[in-house]
Amino acid sequence: MIETKTLPTRYVTQPGEIKTSSGKTLRTDEMIINMGPQHPSTHGVLRLEIVVDGEIVVDIIPHIGYLHRCFEKHAENMANYQQVIPYVDRMDYVAAMNMEHGYAVAVERLLKIEVPERVEYIRVIMAELQRIASHLIAVGTFGIDAGAFTPFLYAFRDRELILDLFEMTCGARLLYNYIWVGGLSHDLPPQFVDKCKEFCTYFKPRIKQFNDLLTFNEIFVKRTANVGVLPKDVALNYACSGPMLRGSGINWDLRRDDPYSVYNRFEWEPQLGKGEMGTVGDTWDRHIVRMREMEESVKIIEQAVAAIPTGNVQAAIPKRIRPEASEIYARTETPRGELGYYIISDGSGSPFRVKARSPAFVNLSVLPAIARGGMLADLVLVAGSVDIVLGEVDR
Amino acid sequence: MGLLDQRFENGNVFVTSLDNLLNWARLSSLWQMQFGLACCAIEMMAASASNFDIMRFGVIPRATPRQVDVLFVAGTVTIKMASRIKRLYDQMAEPRYVLSMGSCSNCGGPYWEHGYHVLKGVDRVIPVDVYVPGCPPRPEALLEGIIKLQEKVRKESLVKKSA
Amino acid sequence: MTAAEIQERLKGTFGDALLDSKLDAPQPWILIAPKRMQEIALFLRDDPALQFDYLMCLSGVDYGSGKLGVVYHLFSTVHRHKIVLKAQCTKEDAHVQSVSAVWGTANWHEREAFDLIGIVFDEHPDLRRILLPDDWEGHPLRKDYKVPEFYNGMKVPY
Repeated sequence: MIETKTLPTRYVTQPGEIKTSSGKTLRTDEMIINMGPQHPSTHGVLRLEIVVDGEIVVDIIPHIGYLHRCFEKHAENMANYQQVIPYVDRMDYVAAMNMEHGYAVAVERLLKIEVPERVEYIRVIMAELQRIASHLIAVGTFGIDAGAFTPFLYAFRDRELILDLFEMTCGARLLYNYIWVGGLSHDLPPQFVDKCKEFCTYFKPRIKQFNDLLTFNEIFVKRTANVGVLPKDVALNYACSGPMLRGSGINWDLRRDDPYSVYNRFEWEPQLGKGEMGTVGDTWDRHIVRMREMEESVKIIEQAVAAIPTGNVQAAIPKRIRPEASEIYARTETPRGELGYYIISDGSGSPFRVKARSPAFVNLSVLPAIARGGMLADLVLVAGSVDIVLGEVDR
Repeated sequence: MGLLDQRFENGNVFVTSLDNLLNWARLSSLWQMQFGLACCAIEMMAASASNFDIMRFGVIPRATPRQVDVLFVAGTVTIKMASRIKRLYDQMAEPRYVLSMGSCSNCGGPYWEHGYHVLKGVDRVIPVDVYVPGCPPRPEALLEGIIKLQEKVRKESLVKKSA
Repeated sequence: MTAAEIQERLKGTFGDALLDSKLDAPQPWILIAPKRMQEIALFLRDDPALQFDYLMCLSGVDYGSGKLGVVYHLFSTVHRHKIVLKAQCTKEDAHVQSVSAVWGTANWHEREAFDLIGIVFDEHPDLRRILLPDDWEGHPLRKDYKVPEFYNGMKVPY
């Protein structure tokens, strides 16, 4: 019989005292506030149990699992590896192309197959477009957390253009089932390249407009600078990745440092937080890293679109996926960070075990360490700057 | 409306006009609760943004269940979340409606077969008025769901229904 | 460093805790005794030649026929090498020593492995369920798991 602790540990609030200016002593006590799972600012169904001393946050206990949709059980029960892809989409629904890309890379490494060049280029274009779309949601909702509603509308207006591009290619706006193991489900339509170039020309000045509206706004800077500072050693110990890591000044991007697909053919730079408005690793740094990453993504898309080779995108899709009994861990860079798939195959047509190491799950575990000591209003911004998507956290 | 609801024994011209007035007032300002659970929440947010603009139908998102008329259950309802949804539904004041958006809250969606933690349809815990199918439904589909809900509200009556 | 060199370095200090290895696999792995994980993890993190400061992933696995396991994927940002560690135990004695004191990220990963597979991590500061409700019965990712018919009055299967 396994001994388990079935009830969560109760935090015992600590009483205290303060002396007023007239010499009297007032008795104080800490309070436990519950935030979520239904809350306009928690970006999904996240429950935070916050222990506060007045307005200062003493401790945070996150409770997750309100969106646990049993992805790993479904992956084991699907008839073949291709059927897992719609479930992979739905984990991080905001960056579905990147999730599919990561899974396709992992299974292709397991099978030891190469895909045609055209497939790689199109996958990079889709992944970078999706990165822009995901960052637009991140910065738009981050603005709402800080109280600014208009940047959200600007962000969604531009995101609709990207979704039009996706819909033109594969028919879906949000959950695509497009990147298959060994290839893609549809080839690019004839007008895609022109529309994509049009979008890139349209979007570059929009980033500057968005920055003028929100990023360099004095109120926004005052609210986000020096808040939620993530030191470098804590970031590495908690295995943070993506803009969380780069916002703290660590120069690490899987597209360059653990390369996959054809990213090494393009000229672009990972963006780092430098503490321009406050300390290195605060929420403003993570925000500006996301804004600048959108510019870099536009650069990659322009270079890729100019150089797409011809070919057949469905040539390498295997009729039957039956890898030998082995295992692999493959990681790719999604807008939230390092996405890893640990796939164990037992030689049959369906996976034996698929573990999805999701970046938001790991990034969220650092939240108690960085939001302690701040105010309750700052906690909302710190939680927003981690950029979590609960579908991925709970899987 | 609560005091007048279904108090009248038979209709007359005064009740019909009052009916029309009250129904029109209620359907033109169905305030919704910001209750996005999963992927459908992103489409709901896209519907509230400027391209599709749900606010022109009078639907304003509010944060608390006490101030809303309609609950959009957008996304997968898990078993851990189900008791919280019931609680939120109980906190809404009548007349209240529920619009189930997406396959997951209609019937369990793609997780119907092996999802041990997924509730197969939100109608297992709360009564639903309109079902919007799709995975996720396009924002236009959500707008059609709202129009269907408005048609349902338009048919309500102060006259007590005789058996 | 290659996997063989890493294994040599570990064998020097912990020879008896290394049970098995497969160094010619595409991702070479070393099998460690489950009750000795923490000291080996500390050595891997702090030794200047190894410096595995980044725990990429920690997964619980049910291998079937009564065998459970934990797989650790480690990476060094300094030396840029990777290694895979495995620890295996039986269903009756499902105990593995926790490494959450070494890498902070292991805290939540181990809670998830406990929740879904049922492996108890000794010396974990706060081992309780993370994804499923606290009063859920059973460990769903085990191969012999049966879905309950009802939970708190709600029908679970379709």
